[in-house]
Amino acid sequence: MSRLYTQDHEWIDVAGGEATVGITDYAQGQLGDVVFVDLPDSGRAVTKGGEAAVVESVKAASDVYAPVSGTVTESNPALADDPSLVNSAPEGEGWFFKLTLSDASELDGLMDKAAYDAFVAGL
Amino acid sequence: MADAADLKPLPLDALHRRLGARMVPFAGYAMPIQYDGIIAEHLWTREAAGLFDVSHMGQLLVEGEGAADWLESIAPGDFKALQPHRVRYSLLLNDDGGILDDLMVTNTGKSFYLVVNGATKHADIAHMMARLPAGLTLHHMEDHALLALQGPQAVTVMSRFDLTPESADQPDFADLKFMSGARWLWNGVKLGITRSGYTGEDGYEISVPNSHAEALAEALLAHAEVKPIGLGARDSLRLEAGLPLYGHDLDPGITPVEADLAFAISKRRKAEGGFPGAARVLDQLFNGAPRKRVGLSVEGRMPAREGATVSVGDTQVGVLTSGGFAPSLNMPIAMAMIASDHAADGTAVDIEVRGKRIAATVVPMPFKQKNYVREGATK
Repeated sequence: MSRLYTQDHEWIDVAGGEATVGITDYAQGQLGDVVFVDLPDSGRAVTKGGEAAVVESVKAASDVYAPVSGTVTESNPALADDPSLVNSAPEGEGWFFKLTLSDASELDGLMDKAAYDAFVAGL
Repeated sequence: MADAADLKPLPLDALHRRLGARMVPFAGYAMPIQYDGIIAEHLWTREAAGLFDVSHMGQLLVEGEGAADWLESIAPGDFKALQPHRVRYSLLLNDDGGILDDLMVTNTGKSFYLVVNGATKHADIAHMMARLPAGLTLHHMEDHALLALQGPQAVTVMSRFDLTPESADQPDFADLKFMSGARWLWNGVKLGITRSGYTGEDGYEISVPNSHAEALAEALLAHAEVKPIGLGARDSLRLEAGLPLYGHDLDPGITPVEADLAFAISKRRKAEGGFPGAARVLDQLFNGAPRKRVGLSVEGRMPAREGATVSVGDTQVGVLTSGGFAPSLNMPIAMAMIASDHAADGTAVDIEVRGKRIAATVVPMPFKQKNYVREGATK
């Protein structure tokens, strides 16, 4: 399993045709205290770069984009009870949703960890 | 949004950055939005004491014979009856009775000290200067910073400061009640202190020369009860306290009656009128206004934000003017401007957020009971 990153600060773990998506530690730090996550329903089709979820901090609502196109198979039920998991474990228990990829070649443009870390360091 | 390069630094800019604040543009200044996190800062202010830098706000001094009469020509307060060292909340009104700004007015005994909003201060000053008669002066105290110490421990912290009254006729600092103020000397530095604030908590606002602002802030932060608090928590604190924020809940198209701020129109002014827009405002006061600012308790966990529409059935009846998550209540709350027919407490409404309808109920404000220590209170 390899983890890839977007310039919008989402991460995606891909295993076969399935993937798990969340936001990065950098992103949660920028958002501040997360109080609600509006997650996509299972079965929803998402498009690479299109809105897939909304994360609400105390201060504001922020869009989360789909790193690749596909169909949502599950969203993280734990975030309904404890949205602060996005702050405490953004790249683990605080994952957002899983999807089946519709076009694996869309992964080609994403960054690996070293490239993403360099990208964040330059912000 | 202004470029970072266009932003003016506040007198405490270096301190904020040293304390790890995230700085954002606000009212033309670089200001701290948060330090440790909005929820932690909010809760700390409710249980201990929070230090806020509100130096972006405009501090004005009106001096001269007839200052009270003149203030009554631009705002609906009874300034002629405002006793020395007393503070009043008031509203700067346009000729239609619309709210140009909300402000605090203190009678210093020699002058009136006004605190106006940061984003509106230059327009306020222009409005006032255009109406200022000969014999009165309006001074913008740009050489002063403004700090707010808010929370139940604020009194304990300030009681440890060695403050010498500037004049004999003013209250002792220990006897300073809510909505009162005067000047004290601290290490030879003149501080204008009012017991007031905008968080729903007891506390103080302290006007200090820019040259000594950092020393005062450091002296306050040296007490274990005090932590620095950013604009983010200031917003959630005032929202829970039911206090309107200018530019969001108040604007020039909204009257004091619509804003549910009729308490700011003094009894004598209600009888006599004579303030800008009085005919319209008093008509609304006695015969009803078409709409009203209300509080909404929002069901579920999803915050609803400013701009979201409010409906009853298929009819839009209003719009959210502020909304967010209330850390002390652990739920979303909002303020809305809503048609008066649907503004009664207990009215069920729907708020539309991203195409979804969220149930909400009109509730009395404040959402969170205020902890002011009023005159005569025995707390």
